This record gives sequence, C-alpha cells and structure tokens, in this order.
Amino acid sequence: MSIDLQKAADVAKLARIRVEDHMLPELAREFNEILGFIEQLNEVDVEGVEPMVSVTPMPLRRRADEVTDGNMRSRILSNAPDAREGFFVVPKVVE
Amino acid sequence: MTARLTALGVADARSKLRAGEITSVELTEACLTEIDAARALNAFVHDTPEIALEQARAADARIADGNAPSMCGIPLGIKDLFCTRGVPSQAASRILEGFRPEYESTVTRNLFDAGSVMLGKLNMDEFAMGSSNESSVYGGAVSPWRRRGDTASLVPGGSSGGSAAAVAADLCIGAIGTDTGGSIRQPAAFTGITGIKPTYGRCSRWGIVAFASSLDQAGPMTKTVRDAAIMLGAMAGHDPKDSTSADLPVPDFEAALTGDVRGKKIGIPTEYRVEDMPSDIETLWTKGKEILRDAGASVVDISLPHTEYALPAYYVIAPAEASSNLARFDGVRYGRRARPGAGDGVTDMYDKTRAEGFGPEVQRRVMIGTYVLSAGFYDAYYNRARKVRALIKGDFDAAFADGIDAILTPATPSAAFALGELAEADPVRMYLNDIFTVTVNLAGLPGISVPAGLNAQGLPLGLQLIGRPWEEGDLLNHAYVLERAAGGALKPDRWW
Repeated sequence: MSIDLQKAADVAKLARIRVEDHMLPELAREFNEILGFIEQLNEVDVEGVEPMVSVTPMPLRRRADEVTDGNMRSRILSNAPDAREGFFVVPKVVE
Repeated sequence: MTARLTALGVADARSKLRAGEITSVELTEACLTEIDAARALNAFVHDTPEIALEQARAADARIADGNAPSMCGIPLGIKDLFCTRGVPSQAASRILEGFRPEYESTVTRNLFDAGSVMLGKLNMDEFAMGSSNESSVYGGAVSPWRRRGDTASLVPGGSSGGSAAAVAADLCIGAIGTDTGGSIRQPAAFTGITGIKPTYGRCSRWGIVAFASSLDQAGPMTKTVRDAAIMLGAMAGHDPKDSTSADLPVPDFEAALTGDVRGKKIGIPTEYRVEDMPSDIETLWTKGKEILRDAGASVVDISLPHTEYALPAYYVIAPAEASSNLARFDGVRYGRRARPGAGDGVTDMYDKTRAEGFGPEVQRRVMIGTYVLSAGFYDAYYNRARKVRALIKGDFDAAFADGIDAILTPATPSAAFALGELAEADPVRMYLNDIFTVTVNLAGLPGISVPAGLNAQGLPLGLQLIGRPWEEGDLLNHAYVLERAAGGALKPDRWW
C-alpha cells in the first residue's frame, strides 16, 4: 500500500491538521516509511485469533448512573481561549 | 566531602526525617537550590517552590505528630503529563500553553495525601511521544551523563527524560513518569536509575493526559529498588474515576524485598538477542544471568515467538489510540487557539490550531492513527495489530504457565545517544529504541529497569526484568537481588 499526495492530503484533512501543499511530498514519504514498517504484520498468521479488547481479563466496571458533580461553570470555562456569558465561543459554524 | 542532602533516596530520607535529623523544609530547600543550579539540564520546566515549601511545612508537622506515611516530606518531581491543580500541565506541547487544570490527577493526589512535596513539573517528549525528550516544546532535556573524555550533550531518553535527568542528577529524591512503550524504563536505563512500569491497571490513569489508553501506566523513577517499592505503594490503588483501574488490594511492596530468589525460575527469551547488539550489552545480560543464578535461581532459555512483531503492532495501536485521544485538542475548551484569519469558520480554526499546536512527531502519529482507523484500512491495520497483540500476550502467558517467575532482558538496544543524533534520521530508527520494552506494554505486564553497569564509554546500561501480572512485589525482589550484586545506582560526574 503506498500513499500518494492526494491520500496524504485526505488523511491530514481527516485528522483536522492543516498541511501546506509544499509539505505533502515529505509527509507522504514519511507515511510510506512507517507503513512499510507496519506491514511486517502481514507475515503473522492471525487465522482464528480474536483481536484483543482488554489486556486484563476483567470486565469494565459499571457505576450507578447518578449525578455526582456539577455547578462549576466558571471552573469549566476557566481555561477556554474564548468564553463569554457562560459559553465557549467559536467562529461561525454554519457554512 | 559530605554527600549532598539531595543525593538521598526515598528510604534514606524517610529514616532521617523520622529520626528528626533533617526536616522536609531543609530537604526541599536543598532540592530547590540544586534545581536552580542545574538549568543546563533543562529537566524542570515549571517550578513550584511556594507549593513545595507549604507542603514541606505541613509534612514536618505531620512527621512530628508521628505515624506519618513513608512518602511524607519527600520532595518529588512530577512529569508534565500529570494534571496538577492550578499548576501548568502542558504535556510538553504548545497546544496546552497556558492550561492550568482545575483538578488533580489521582496519582499526584495519592502522593500528596501521603505527604509528598511537589518541586515542579518535569520535561518530557511532547504528549509522551518519543524516546529522546527532543520532541518537547521546552527543548530537549539533557542527560547529566557524558561519554568519557567528551563534552557532547547526550539525551536522557524519553519520554520521561526530565524525570530521569532530575533523579540521576540528584535534583529531587524521586520522580514520577509514565510508560506507554518504554517511557519510564528506557530513560531510567540511559541515566543509571531505577524505573518500574507496573501492571496495567495498578495506577489510576485519571488526570494523566492520555496518549494510548490501553498502554499508558504511571510509575516511579528512583535511585534504588527499595525507593521504587515504597513510592509505587503510595501511587497505586483502585480509583472509581478510571474504569480500567484494578479493584485489587495494594500489597506492601517494600516487605517483598527479602533478597531471596532461591528456587525461582528466570526466563531468557532467545528472540531478544538482536542483530548488531553492542557487546557491552551482551556482557551485562550475561552478568545479570550469573547474578540471579548465584542467588539460587535457575536460568532457562524461553521463546517469545512473536517478539519481532511487537514494534509494528505498537505503531498501529498507539497512534490509533492517540489520534482518538488527541481529538479533544481543538482550541475550544482549553489550551491554545490559532489566530483566526478573515472569514475563517470553525473547521479552519481546528485545522490551524492543531497545525500550530502539535509538533511534527505528534502530527505524524495522529495522522498515522487516523489512517489506520479509516474506513477500508481498519481491518488490514488496526484489527490485525490487535490480533498480533493477543498473540504477543499469549507468548508471555505460556512462559508464565510453564513456571517462569521473571524474564530477564536488556532494557535498551544501546546506551544513550547524542542530542540530534537521531533527530534527522527516519522516524523508524527512533522507534527501535523501544524494541525490548514495548512488548511489556502490549501484554499489560509489570517491567522494571535496573542499573547494571557502565559501557566502554562510561555510560550507564540497564537490565530489564518482566514479571507476572499483579506481582510487582516479586518482580521488585528480583530487581533488588540484581541491584545488590551489580552495585546499585550509578552516578554521573557533576559538570553542570
């Protein structure tokens, strides 16, 4: 599997990271190198093997579905780059 | 010359504090002075002297009252990956510039509840992605070690490079790190200290900036094995806020250090004998086997047949989980937001924020992770890697079922390298640093790196022991035997 410039641009877009056009050839080269390394996995016989879900053989614990926290709006907003009137503020969302 | 106060380890400091020979305030002030004198190491990146002295005064009062826990009054360095309330917690990334958490991670909370003192935050690779500490937004941490007759700066390893440098240079009594593929054990080996990654689930991950959630574990980085045992006991424990944290009692790890390994069975995995392994490392490995054999253990060859596929499986699973975990850094709720251009919508804001905020290695891994999880490739890469991971764990399960108590391997395939030496190389060359450590994360096992000796250039090398799940006490006891026979912590000559 080899990654061309278009595919590299698609992946960057999916990852929500702006990559300038002139950087794409280098990015594609690095992807191909890493994927070449990863493709060693194709040598392994995985027939009938279940993909690992959890490394410890114990189920995830459940808890009661109760509100245990809250009423801390100012603390939640305290690290926001832009917060006004009790809300996070973002640029326009509607295209 | 009298030894510096800051050269104390956890156990020795505990004795002196309890005996009233020193106070936590004195010890804390001595550490703060050393930190100030060691800026050349770039180990501490955010200092918290006011918090430290306040905690030290409280610890002294508690010690005077009697019955203070072991970690009470002990000054520690905290990896920048841990969220510490009101204190910058940046994961060494530009994207978390200015972030001051409104909450405390469970591991630091546990340590502070036990009376420990926070000296400040320690340098690391950005988001714990790296093996040299060079991907940090703060610039690389520098090892206190140098090659004999050479002044070139060496890396302290990574990702917990600041923690390793700080402990090795005696800037603090102990430090905490995290380990996703070797990030505690490799820097410990590079700097001549001890570092343990406990069993997955032993320490709560709550409040630790997530890299790869199924692999990340916190652990202590210390001057001795005993110190690691004491500190791990204070860090560990069940936490309802982390659903993967194990609801198991935390044993007294220090009490497990009997020095008796008679009748134990040590496995030597033949697959860990890699091509081009330096002869120094081969020699140390042999020395480690002899030490354990002399102590009455039996040493047998074992096979872990899927070892060579651990790194490629890791470089699917870790980036996949990272791409998901790091999706939260979007410039909305915390951290740094890119300056918007005229007419930019919210998507432009995300794209620019992440391009400016993440360094090259983090961007690379987020994009690789995005790719292996994308429609059409999920089965070929991600699911296949998870199957290989199951096989790797199966290799260990089989060895332990055969009666193996611990597995002995080198900790790293080489000694520390120079700053910049691998920076321009292919990313895969840097990844190879974790070849001996990454299997342990994939299998969720406890692993410890113990200083074992110096190479021909005078640099420290470590041996790794891998234990059965939840049996950190037994693992630490094996490490204790190695440490006593190998001579213990190695100390660099002071040049800073």
